[in-house]
Amino acid sequence: MPVATFHIKRFDPDNDDMPRYDEFSVPYEASLTVLDGLFYVQEHFDGSLSFRYCCRAAVCGSCAMYINGRYRLACQTNVRHLDGDVITVEAMPHMPLVKDLVCDMTDFFAKYEYIEPWLMRNSQDPAKEIGQTPEERKKLDMPIDCILCGACYSTCPSVWGEGNYIGPAALLKAYRFEVDSRDEARKQRLAHFDNEHGAYRCHTITNCVEACPKELNPTEGIQWLKRAAVRRRLFGRLK
Amino acid sequence: MINHQLIVVGGGLAGLRAAVEARADGIDVAVLSQVWPGRSHSGAAQGGINAALANDPEGHDDTPEKHAFDTVKGSDYLADQDAAIQMTSDAPGVIFEMEHWGCPFSRYDDGRIAQRPFGGAGYPRTCYGADKTGHYLLHTLVERAYQRGITMYTEQFVTRLIVHDGRCIGVVAYDMTKGGFEAFCGEAVIMATGGAGRTYSNTTNAIISTGGGMAMAYQAGVLLKDMEFIQFHPTGLLTTNILMTEGARGEGGYLINDLGERFMSKYAAKAMELAPRDITSRSIQTEINEGRGIGGKGYVYLDLRHLGAEKIMERLPGIRDLAIHFEGVDPIEEPVPIVPSQHYTMGGIDTDVNGATQLPGFYAAGECACVSVHGANRLGGNSLLETIVFGRRSGAAAARYIQGEPGGGAQAAAAPSAAAVQEMAVAVDRLASGAGSEDSYAIRAEMTTTMKEHFGIFRDAPTMRTGLDTMLALKERSRHMTLRNKFGVFNLDMMRTLELEGMIDVALATATGALARTESRGSHSRTDYPARDDVNWLKHTLAHYQPEGPRLDSKPVTLGTFEPQERKY
Ligand SMILES: Cc1cc2nc3c(=O)[nH]c(=O)nc-3n(C[C@H](O)[C@H](O)[C@H](O)COP(=O)(O)OP(=O)(O)OC[C@H]3O[C@@H](n4cnc5c(N)ncnc54)[C@H](O)[C@@H]3O)c2cc1C
Ligand code: SF4
Ligand code: FES
Repeated sequence: MPVATFHIKRFDPDNDDMPRYDEFSVPYEASLTVLDGLFYVQEHFDGSLSFRYCCRAAVCGSCAMYINGRYRLACQTNVRHLDGDVITVEAMPHMPLVKDLVCDMTDFFAKYEYIEPWLMRNSQDPAKEIGQTPEERKKLDMPIDCILCGACYSTCPSVWGEGNYIGPAALLKAYRFEVDSRDEARKQRLAHFDNEHGAYRCHTITNCVEACPKELNPTEGIQWLKRAAVRRRLFGRLK
Repeated sequence: MINHQLIVVGGGLAGLRAAVEARADGIDVAVLSQVWPGRSHSGAAQGGINAALANDPEGHDDTPEKHAFDTVKGSDYLADQDAAIQMTSDAPGVIFEMEHWGCPFSRYDDGRIAQRPFGGAGYPRTCYGADKTGHYLLHTLVERAYQRGITMYTEQFVTRLIVHDGRCIGVVAYDMTKGGFEAFCGEAVIMATGGAGRTYSNTTNAIISTGGGMAMAYQAGVLLKDMEFIQFHPTGLLTTNILMTEGARGEGGYLINDLGERFMSKYAAKAMELAPRDITSRSIQTEINEGRGIGGKGYVYLDLRHLGAEKIMERLPGIRDLAIHFEGVDPIEEPVPIVPSQHYTMGGIDTDVNGATQLPGFYAAGECACVSVHGANRLGGNSLLETIVFGRRSGAAAARYIQGEPGGGAQAAAAPSAAAVQEMAVAVDRLASGAGSEDSYAIRAEMTTTMKEHFGIFRDAPTMRTGLDTMLALKERSRHMTLRNKFGVFNLDMMRTLELEGMIDVALATATGALARTESRGSHSRTDYPARDDVNWLKHTLAHYQPEGPRLDSKPVTLGTFEPQERKY
């Protein structure tokens, strides 16, 4: 039976002075995801290990972590596909920590809420669906696949530098609604990204694109928002 | 103690839809969820949601009545017909409402919502967003909940109900990020905690689908209904049981055995791969049992190659990713190895069409509830529909209850909720005090394999009898479990051990009900009683909680519109 060696960064801010790395050997048969490995450790070696999980199928965004120096979803990462003999697992860096592999997502979701991430309408809704052609719908394909895992936010130097920057995920969400043919948010959402904490804070470093486990492109969305904001200022157009 | 008028447990589609509805009626609502609501298991749903919109040219004369008929026939006549009719007639309205709230459904060229064929349905009736329908619906409702100013308590692990003077007045929850137990009180509680798939080792469900809400209700004396009916989805990935949506067959995918045959022709000549799930899963299992699995092994192929790269990328991009990441197979190039896998809990908390249970102030909606619209077998695309239709109805009903019946308010709740929190602390102390000799993870593993092997697709009395004996022994052993980690935040050891106690009770209700029901109906297929027995068994099973194991009785099915017939596809 093959064995995977896990190096897991442990830290309980309430009780520990310093973070440490614990090492565990996890046997497996044909295949083992990092998430499976964490459960094995928690069940067999150390009941106090903390991590987030839910879907185990890369759709819920719970398990984004820093694995062998890269942002990955633990559930989607098979140890057979990792280089090296040791699998190093850490919480997403640059985020406040709850415990072990669980980081504090409070600010992340506060910023998500701040951009008012919902479809805004002024018109009376029709009795049936609001029409939307496949071409109009296609514009949503990229941003609606975001699972709000936080990897892009954790890796963004502009977020580290300026705590009030709302960050790539929230901006991608703003983009998702701004490009929706059904949305009628005139100035309401614009005010949230057309400012110094919004789209302009992005310096197109594109760490987010590299980090995103769903292979999305927040930078593209943010660039679109910048152009839209400028256009609206110059030409007074609302959408 | 934290007070709101209405406490909703669960931030999946059912819980959020309930909360949004009650909020619209002016109620102060709080949603408690073990995960941030947008991470709930509803987001994993792929294929779509049913409503007779008649948007597809082939389905231009579809109606809610036909949808109701398909639902009742699919249920093997165990669904309550009034409930099925209620659901299918509410369906178009709630779908349009989700669309107005921003849900990105896939579209036809003329701009209308696209619909695809699904199993057991007479028409293309399943509205979808590529193969990520659940994710899109869930995010739409999360967004609406934020817009409506609903208070969300995320990463709160609810452990029990608070019942006082014969009414449900709140719940106790473990605050995962801060530590400690707290009471959340209100004038009504809606349970929306999803299914119990994790009681089986071979499930498509999320790791948190452990039936917690069912267990808490059951332990508080509320009845569970029809728990023996467990759906096995025909197409889970071989190594992980991760789902490959029925939409893959809706788009034209084949099921193939070792001889290269589309074997469904033997079992459902007309519907072929789009027969209902119970029939398709049994057909696959029969092929496997008779040695026609691939290479004689325990799986068959889902073959999508003939659909072509373009269609797969456009309609089924999500399952392509899953097959590549989790099975190492690209469906454009190779057939995908699949096995039938536990997928859905048809049974659940016994409710009426408004989510009300027999306990005043206590409602349930979504997969944890049993209205019953799915009866003995759920049709694909009807469960997402159920969450939204009955989430909405239970939110409205709870609001009416709160407005009509002023409870004792915060003061009356203070003493009983303090007592409930205290009892919880004592229970954890007892577990942690270490007298126990049993390892909860060993018990969990044994339970989930017992359920898989003894209460699977094909059932018979001797197999189930030994399975039930094992389950009862596990229940006994679970009294001696011990905790490895008593304190602190994000204490998985404590949560998973507490959760296991509930899982065993829920699984025992399934096991007991399955052994008792001496007929075959829908997903409950007994080799020793192969026929449906409408004379003795056209009735719902009810399970009453007893410390030593469930006590069963029954209640009639609501008929009246569709006469029970033999099911042919
Ligand atoms: C892989 C997959 C694909 C599916 N595809 C389809 C499909 O295409 N069409 C269809 O109609 N149906 C589908 N289904 C079924 C459908 O998705 C589910 O039945 C439905 O989403 C359940 O929704 P829910 O709101 O009842 O529960 P869930 O979405 O499971 O939500 C449960 C909520 O309760 C919370 N919770 C649970 N326990 C606790 C606790 N102890 N304390 C606090 N909170 C708790 C969770 O955090 C979560 O927020 C699919 C199911 C699976 C598994
Ligand atoms: S854009 Fe990608 S990395 Fe950022 S939150 Fe969404 S899924 Fe995660
Ligand atoms: S557990 Fe859901 S993304 Fe990994």
